[in-house]
Amino acid sequence: MQTMPTIAAETDKPVIQPQNDKSVIKLKDVKRVYKVGVERIHALDGISLELNENEYVAVMGASGSGKSTLMNVLGCLDRATSGYYGLDGQDTTKMSDAALARARNERIGFVFQSFELLGQLSALKNVEMPLIYSKNGWWTRRKRAINVLERVGLGDRMKHRPNQLSGGEKQRVAIARALVCGPSILLADEPTGNLDSKTSEGIMELFDRLHQEGQTIVIVTHEEHVANHAERIIQMKDGRVCSDLPANRDLVHKTAIQNNVRGEQS
Amino acid sequence: MRVLLQAPLVFLRLFYQSVYLALGQVWANKTRSILTTLGIIIGVASVTAVIAALSGLRAKILTQFESIGTNTIFISPMRPDRGPLQHAPYWSIRFLPEHFDGMLDHCPSVARFGRQTGVGAYTVSHREKSVENVRLRGIEPACHQIESRKVSLGRPLSVIDEMQMRQVCIIDPKLQNDLRLDRDCIGQSILIGHNTFYIVGVLEARPESVFGGGDQESSEIFIPFKTSFKMRRYLWVGVLAESKSPEVSDEARAEISFFLRRTRNIKPGEPDTFRVDSVKNFLEIFDEIARVVFMVAGGIVGISLLVGGVGIMNIMLVSVSERTREIGLRKAVGAKKSAILTQFLIEAVVLCFVGGLFGVGFGQLLTTGIANIPNIELDMSFIPLWAIGLAFGFSGSVGIFFGMFPAIKAARLDPIEALRHE
Ligand SMILES: Nc1ncnc2c1ncn2[C@@H]1O[C@H](COP(=O)(O)OP(=O)(O)O)[C@@H](O)[C@H]1O
Ligand SMILES: [Mg+2]
Repeated sequence: MQTMPTIAAETDKPVIQPQNDKSVIKLKDVKRVYKVGVERIHALDGISLELNENEYVAVMGASGSGKSTLMNVLGCLDRATSGYYGLDGQDTTKMSDAALARARNERIGFVFQSFELLGQLSALKNVEMPLIYSKNGWWTRRKRAINVLERVGLGDRMKHRPNQLSGGEKQRVAIARALVCGPSILLADEPTGNLDSKTSEGIMELFDRLHQEGQTIVIVTHEEHVANHAERIIQMKDGRVCSDLPANRDLVHKTAIQNNVRGEQS
Repeated sequence: MRVLLQAPLVFLRLFYQSVYLALGQVWANKTRSILTTLGIIIGVASVTAVIAALSGLRAKILTQFESIGTNTIFISPMRPDRGPLQHAPYWSIRFLPEHFDGMLDHCPSVARFGRQTGVGAYTVSHREKSVENVRLRGIEPACHQIESRKVSLGRPLSVIDEMQMRQVCIIDPKLQNDLRLDRDCIGQSILIGHNTFYIVGVLEARPESVFGGGDQESSEIFIPFKTSFKMRRYLWVGVLAESKSPEVSDEARAEISFFLRRTRNIKPGEPDTFRVDSVKNFLEIFDEIARVVFMVAGGIVGISLLVGGVGIMNIMLVSVSERTREIGLRKAVGAKKSAILTQFLIEAVVLCFVGGLFGVGFGQLLTTGIANIPNIELDMSFIPLWAIGLAFGFSGSVGIFFGMFPAIKAARLDPIEALRHE
């Protein structure tokens, strides 16, 4: 039940052909098995996937379908039980813990549903935080943090603490923090899950803009309108990819996908 | 090369970041931090106060010895702690003046020596004024030089006074004042008991003394050594000697012991019936006592540091579980295990250092308190720099030792689990 349609076939705009040298992420038959007692849960059950530079992907699926597990594997927070995962052409399955930490620091930006800002630090300090674990000096750190905060539209909120910020602003700070190291890929696990629809729209517009600026983005969501900001929608079910289609903002296409999903589920 | 240079730099930055974070944590939980470090505060405060008191006492004794002279040697009878004379009456082992005759010829390292006697307390009177309880001592002229007490008026006792057993005396200025003697009282006569003595000199005021000088109220009168035997037939004799330099004081002691064993007819193998102490020797004895006191205090402090350390460990474990999500986040954005370990270890150490700082502060307060208690010889108490170093060294070690387990626990957390915490 592997469905891997090529993107180029269905979109009219020029999409980068999946080439090995251009791919940011390459998964080959990745499995993640949890052992709970004697039971084995296949959270990821053989996922093969290729993401190219400047792609904008939404991952959808029912709760428990393995979206978060996939994101954790992509974000090098978790190791696949088996299979191959190449990040920027490097095989992560053979990396040491320290090398994975470094990969997380330099290549991956992670945005969480519940923001995960440190309450006692200002927005600026929160954004600077990942750079502490890199090789940058104090001055570069400050400069880059200010720069990226301005990019997400929070130039006037730098000294604020998280409890002095609205939900949307908090998520912007979190996005700035994810971007500050200049990651190859931005991973967001339900970034709008804790936000109302209007604020969500604002956040999604920010993602759109980042994408236009050349950022590769993967967003997990179960909301249609959020997913439709992306260019490509991956549907997951029981740890497998069940559909991988280009998204389109016109309604017809959306219903087509919905039908597709219903077809898969029935 | 660049990598080699960069590695310590990255660590240094991590280090100062961690210190900064840790101070922030301590500041954010002020009350908790103070209560946690109470054990360390008490431990450090008491150990610094004890060290301060001991150092003060030592400094005091040293200044005393400086006024006596560091090459002074004290010789006195002592019952041995073994052998047949163990329970002998003190009287039987007393010094006789002739035990020391010819000592200088046999002891090349000894520059001079002087015998002295304590005759007892007498009532001294001049015309109708009289002063009770004046201590009378018989001394040989050499004692003047050895004790280096200057005569401010008149002359010191001389060898001729000694040989002729003259009834002359030297008084101290307090007595001169109490007896309402003239400013220039040389040649005037006073009554000591029922004997008439002529004053030949007045001493300089006596410096305060740690030993034997506790009784500052009573005055002293010095008469020639031999004359003192006219006052009382049998007297205790003590001897002060002086080595040629402080460096040869050990040789001088050995020579004196050898000489005295012969003059006192002690057979080989039998224990000494006297003791020969140099100032250096006294200092060693003091240091020995100080070491014991220090070790006892150290043991007590060790226990309080241990208790303090367990408190630190407890609070760090609380901190780790409170901040599980933070740890998860830090790992997610690229913190290595070592970075998390360093952060929490440094936090524990900083906590302990804060305790150490307060401890030294309280120690200083205690020291000031001790130094201001009247009538005990601790007014020179001070906290030496090495004690402060020691205090911080110890509290730092406690931090590292007891912070290690929580820090390892934090470093080992799985980032996904940690982020899912609560
Ligand atoms: N730590 C874990 N131990 C055991 N099972 C887990 C663990 N994490 C996730 N799972 C299981 O893996 C499956 C996928 O979970 P997840 O990726 O969180 O789903 P989603 O994010 O799509 O809702 C679920 O069935 C879940 O119960
Ligand atoms: Mg999820």
